[in-house]
Amino acid sequence: MYNKIFPPKKIALPNGKIVLEKRSKAPLILLIVMIAVYYSAQVTGFSFEVIIKRIHEFFTIILEMLKPNWKYFDDIIPELLVTLKMSFFGSVVGAIVALPAAVLASTNIIKIRVIDSIFKTVLSLLRTMPTLVTALIATYVFDLPATAGTIAIFLFTISYVGKLLYEAIENADMDSFEAMESIGMTRIQAFRYAIMPQVLPGYLSTSLFCFEGNVRYAAILGYVGAGGIGNLINETIGWRDYSSLGMIVIMLVITVYTIETISEHFRKKLI
Amino acid sequence: MTTVEKQLLAAPRNYRYLLTVSTILFILIAWSVTEISLEMNNNGMKIASNIAGGLLHPDLDFLFNLTQNGVLYLLWETLAIALLGTLVGAVLAVPLAFLAASNIVPKPAAWLTRLLLIFIRTIPALVYGLMFIRVTGPGPFAGVLTIGITSIGMLAKLYVDAIEELDVKVLESMTSIGCTTFEKIRFGIIPQLLSIFLSVMIYRFDMNMREASILGLVGAGGIGAPLIFAMKGYKWEQVGSILIGLVVLILIIEFISNKLRTKLVNG
Repeated sequence: MYNKIFPPKKIALPNGKIVLEKRSKAPLILLIVMIAVYYSAQVTGFSFEVIIKRIHEFFTIILEMLKPNWKYFDDIIPELLVTLKMSFFGSVVGAIVALPAAVLASTNIIKIRVIDSIFKTVLSLLRTMPTLVTALIATYVFDLPATAGTIAIFLFTISYVGKLLYEAIENADMDSFEAMESIGMTRIQAFRYAIMPQVLPGYLSTSLFCFEGNVRYAAILGYVGAGGIGNLINETIGWRDYSSLGMIVIMLVITVYTIETISEHFRKKLI
Repeated sequence: MTTVEKQLLAAPRNYRYLLTVSTILFILIAWSVTEISLEMNNNGMKIASNIAGGLLHPDLDFLFNLTQNGVLYLLWETLAIALLGTLVGAVLAVPLAFLAASNIVPKPAAWLTRLLLIFIRTIPALVYGLMFIRVTGPGPFAGVLTIGITSIGMLAKLYVDAIEELDVKVLESMTSIGCTTFEKIRFGIIPQLLSIFLSVMIYRFDMNMREASILGLVGAGGIGAPLIFAMKGYKWEQVGSILIGLVVLILIIEFISNKLRTKLVNG
C-alpha cells in the first residue's frame, strides 16, 4: 500500500542494473506522532510558559523535603511494617495461586481450549485493572484497611506472575513430558517432573521481582484508605508538612533499596 | 546399583540452605498474616454484588457520550496525558542515562546519577502528582508532568543498559576512515540506540496508560477523578462503564504496543 503511493526510488548501478530502494516510512510516522502530540497538548493544556514561571514551586517543596523531620521516624515505622506485611503476604499467596492458574491457562498442558481461554482472559483482565482501583473497591468490601491492600496486591501478583508463568510453560520443552507420559505417569506427575524443573527458576525469580514492585506499589495504596504508609503520605501532604514527607521518602528509599538488593541476590542465584 | 542411581545420589543437595531459606520464609509469612483478617464490612457482600451488577449493566449513555463528561472524552484525555508524559520523560531521561552509563562518564559520576535515579524512581507517582498540582493547578497538565517524572527512572535505567552495550568497534572503524564526530554520532551511535530506545518508550507508554488512569485520584486529570466520584457516590453503573472503557482501551494499547515492539526488535 505504502509502496504504491510513494513509489520506490530507482538507482541505476554502473553495470546497468536497476535496483529499487524503498522509501523510508519515518517521515510519515513522524508526522502522525507530531499530530498526536499537538492534539494531546491541546487536550491537556500543556504550556512551557507555566512550567518556566511556576516550576520554582516544585523546587521549594523539594528543598523542604531535603530537610527531613527525624522525629517523625517513630510514627513511620509501624506503617512501614504494615506496608511490608501487605506486600509480602499478598505476593506469596498470589504467587502460589498463580501456579495452578498458569497451568490451567497453558495450551500444551490443558488441551481443552475453553478452559485455556477463560483463564487467559481472566489473567489479562486482572492485569489491566490498575492496582489502586482494585484496592479502592476492596476497601468498600473489607473491614480492615490492610486486608484491602493485601487483596489488591494478591490479585495483581496472580495476573503478573501467572502471565509470565504460562508463557514459560508453553515455551517449555515437551519431549520429556511426552516420554514420561508414555511410560505410564499421570499428566500431573509428568508435569511435576518434566515441566516444573524447567520453569521453576524463572517462576521464583518472577515472583521475587513482582514482590519488589509490590513494595513500591503498596506504599501508595494507603492513599485510597487501603492501609500502610500511604496514609501518612496523604496526611503529610494535606498538612503541607513537607519535611515529614521527606522523612517518609527517605525511609521508603532505604526499604525499597534493601529489598531490591536482597531479591537481586537471590535472583542471580536462581539463574 | 546402576550408574543412573549412583549419579542421582551424587547430585549435590544443599538441604541446610533450603531449610534455612524456607524457615525464614515461614516466619515471615506467619508474621505478615497477623495484619490480615477476612472479616467483611457489614454491607461488604452487598457492595460487592452491587459492583458486579454495575459491571454487568454499565451506564451505556455515559459510556458512549461524546461530550466532555463522557467516558470517551475522559479516555482520550488519559491517552493524551500518557502520550505527552511519556515523551517528556523520554526526553529528560536521555541526558540522565548518558550521565549514568559507566562507559561514558567516570565511575563516581555514574554512581551519583544512579543514586539520583533511585530516588526519582521510589517517590510514588501520587506524591509527584500532588507536588505538580502546586505548580500548574489541578488538571491534566499536572498529570503530564507527573507521568514524565515517574517515567524517567525506568526509562533511564533501560537506556543505560543499551548505552553500556554500545558496539565501540564500529566507532573505531569510522574514525579510521576519517569520519567527523557528527557523522560518528549520526551513523555509528544513533542506529544502534534508536530502535532500543523506541521500544523502551513504547513499553513505558503502555505502562503509563495505567498510571495516568489513577492520577485523577489526586486531581491530576484523566479518568481517575470521575471514577472515584462515582464510587464515593455509590453510582455503580457509572463505575462499571468507566472500568469497561478503561480495560478495553488498555487492552488495545497493549496489543498495539506488543506488535510495534516485536517489529522494532526484529528489524
